[in-house]
Amino acid sequence: MMAAMTPNPYFFIVIFVGVALVFPLVPLALAWLWRNFFQPPKPGADKNAIYECGVESLGEAQVQFRSQYYLYCIIFLIFDVEAVFLVPFAVAFTGLPVGAFLSILVFLLLLIEGLVWAWSKGCLSWAVKG
Amino acid sequence: MTDQIDEGLRSELQRQGIWVTSMQELYNWGRKNSIWPLQFGLACCAIEMIATAASRYDIARFGGEVFRPSPRQADLMIVAGTVTKKMAPQIVRLYNQMPDPKYVISMGACAISGGPFKQGYNVLKGIDRYIPVDVYIPGCPPRPEALLHAFMELQRKIDSQKLTGANKAEHLDPNQVSEFPIPAFGAHDLEPPANPDVFRPMKIERTQ
Repeated sequence: MMAAMTPNPYFFIVIFVGVALVFPLVPLALAWLWRNFFQPPKPGADKNAIYECGVESLGEAQVQFRSQYYLYCIIFLIFDVEAVFLVPFAVAFTGLPVGAFLSILVFLLLLIEGLVWAWSKGCLSWAVKG
Repeated sequence: MTDQIDEGLRSELQRQGIWVTSMQELYNWGRKNSIWPLQFGLACCAIEMIATAASRYDIARFGGEVFRPSPRQADLMIVAGTVTKKMAPQIVRLYNQMPDPKYVISMGACAISGGPFKQGYNVLKGIDRYIPVDVYIPGCPPRPEALLHAFMELQRKIDSQKLTGANKAEHLDPNQVSEFPIPAFGAHDLEPPANPDVFRPMKIERTQ
């Protein structure tokens, strides 16, 4: 008797799946019915145009960027992250012991070394080629 | 018309635990409580609009907190601020790109008439020259309560719109225009300076 009254435990998952399907489908179906039987369609040149914040769209969407921009990005990212370490150094500057000061100087030296290396490699000059 | 149930009968039924409604009421109830404004500010009125959306005034109480950054998903355009002649074509284009039904709140003295900058060479003397406006809010800038009041007025308007019959809502009429001509820059002013189909200024008649 009890076994007949207790449903299969997976039966609840079936209910969940059913609700999960019906819940989004009913509003969508209502909207579809509404669109087809009540709301007259009003397409237009502006309404079908590409949205660009109210401005008329110009040119093609497929714009090419020079791959050299990638180098600038990488260099910027590296120095940007390292600037984060310089901020606590600057804040605690007056209270720093000599050892900490020297180690941050080494860090700065490494930074400048990297910059000089990138410069000597020609990463900072924008090569204009056809 | 017999589509309206008698109010006395309805309240009597409600007392007995029976809730009666119509398709129109249900539809308008859903519409008026989920007005999505276009996220779009022009000048200082926009700051008041932001304050209206923030926690102290909380436009979410009226279901209008979903500011959409695209006109495709917006129901309401709040023209909040001074409309320059450079901005007017963009505003009309954004309005054209909104799907029907769409509503416009003209917020503040500038959007109504140009306000304190009315004499400026580059200020549009009211956005209602190009697009139809549903609610005007005076003020410079209007307080957030005033915007909420306008929002409630718009909700009242939506609630009263009929879905069928001779007096049905304008957006359900297939012949009602949904897009308005976008003004272009002419030699001295926007061309045309106003859309005569939309702009019907009050005429002053002197009787002496």
